[in-house]
Amino acid sequence: MSTAGIATSAERLLCYVIALWSGFFVMAIELLGGRLLAPNFGSSIYVWGAIITVFMLALSLGYLAGGRWSLERPSLQRLSLLLLAAAVTALPVLLFAGEPLERLAIAIPDPRFGSLSAAALLFFVPTFFSGMVSPYCVRLVVDGEATSGRRAGQLFFVSTFGSAAGTILTSFYLVLWFEVNSILLSLMGFSVLLSASGVLAGRRRA
Amino acid sequence: MKLLLVTLLGLGALLLGEPASAQMSIVHSERSLYREVLVYEEDGERCMCFTRQCRIGRQTCIDLTHPNRFALNYTRMMLAGALFSSPDPRRILIIGLGGGSLPTALRHLLPDAQIDVVEIDPAVTRVAKQYFGFSDGPKLHVAEVDGRVYVKRAGREGKQYDVILLDAFDHEYIPEHMLTREFLTEVKALLSPRGVLVANTFSSSHLYDHESTTYTSVYGSFYNLKRENRVVVARLGGLPTPEELKARSATYEAALKAYGVDAGALLTMFSNRVDWDAGARVLTDQYSPANLLNR
Repeated sequence: MSTAGIATSAERLLCYVIALWSGFFVMAIELLGGRLLAPNFGSSIYVWGAIITVFMLALSLGYLAGGRWSLERPSLQRLSLLLLAAAVTALPVLLFAGEPLERLAIAIPDPRFGSLSAAALLFFVPTFFSGMVSPYCVRLVVDGEATSGRRAGQLFFVSTFGSAAGTILTSFYLVLWFEVNSILLSLMGFSVLLSASGVLAGRRRA
Repeated sequence: MKLLLVTLLGLGALLLGEPASAQMSIVHSERSLYREVLVYEEDGERCMCFTRQCRIGRQTCIDLTHPNRFALNYTRMMLAGALFSSPDPRRILIIGLGGGSLPTALRHLLPDAQIDVVEIDPAVTRVAKQYFGFSDGPKLHVAEVDGRVYVKRAGREGKQYDVILLDAFDHEYIPEHMLTREFLTEVKALLSPRGVLVANTFSSSHLYDHESTTYTSVYGSFYNLKRENRVVVARLGGLPTPEELKARSATYEAALKAYGVDAGALLTMFSNRVDWDAGARVLTDQYSPANLLNR
């Protein structure tokens, strides 16, 4: 299919890897988010409720936006930029989890809406960009009408499998070995690397 | 044949090993936002617990014939830690209500003191009132909020306490944000110049070492009282000397008898020996896998 942004199987593979990593990234950030909110908002069910709400909302809108953006000159390079955007916009999670969240907790004493606002401020934007990845990938890997469902299924698989991996690795092991900020930095660093390789692979073809 | 006999004997032993539960009666059970709150009676005691395996996770027990008596060692240790170490306890903060035996006893022993209790779970407060004779009032106030959130807020309001009792952990689950250097530092800021922190914590598992270095990093040297649980006693401006502890235990000796608490025996439990791995990693807001370490 000539309109597709992907030609080689290596590029298709990279697309799947990006979707897998994006799923991993989202869930790792979500779990660490609970850690970051606990000092100011506690770790009750409504704090987790606030975090999960923000992630689901951001992902759902990201899906819409990702599908829409795939209409304009879809390419592996642009997909890679989404990954980069998610990593860069996650920086506030690293920088503003201390003092600014405390000020927010003072401004909004209700723990439900306090934690909801905090989660929205820290996590909405990076999760929105992460949500854009999967539908954009669909556009790149689909190579024909007949196989489109199969390709989409494969993408859902790698993305959700990545999420499962990100969840178990973070909650069972990473928090036992490393500091929250070190994990966050490594996640962002890996996103940047993967994004760079996507851009390079895309450029070589262009 | 032999095998069958052994199997039968084994089965019999299994069945015989359980008679205690036959006498154990569940008085009340409710599922709260956080956990299952169970009240049961056994051998003349009524206990609150948060898990079906009540024997290891008992929160509070009262002696049904002498409801004033402290039925659990850790509550005795906490009471002694607070009373023997504090020169003049007027403002007291208790994080974690349980059945309320500590605040109730302190309320009677120190009638002039203002006591603030923090309990996150309204179901626990309700059960304490209904089944454990707990009652609040103008001098004994219960706030329904997360302990860490309360401590941060109280710090901003410039509140000060002469004694802070931390009793928010159980065997099943530790709120990890309340076992970090940052949290203990926030608690420290709430203490008056000779303020005392008494914390009910863990006596076994890997967590013991980590917890010890974390307390040391904030409070320096502290007293340890160890039985099934471990009670940490720290004080600002230097730990009380053995003489000081002894003198104060003598003044409370008669009053404590009513609670079934032997002041002399408790006095011998104060120890500041370092019996942990001093190199264990300090727990912080950035590194707080307390539940994973508590194995």
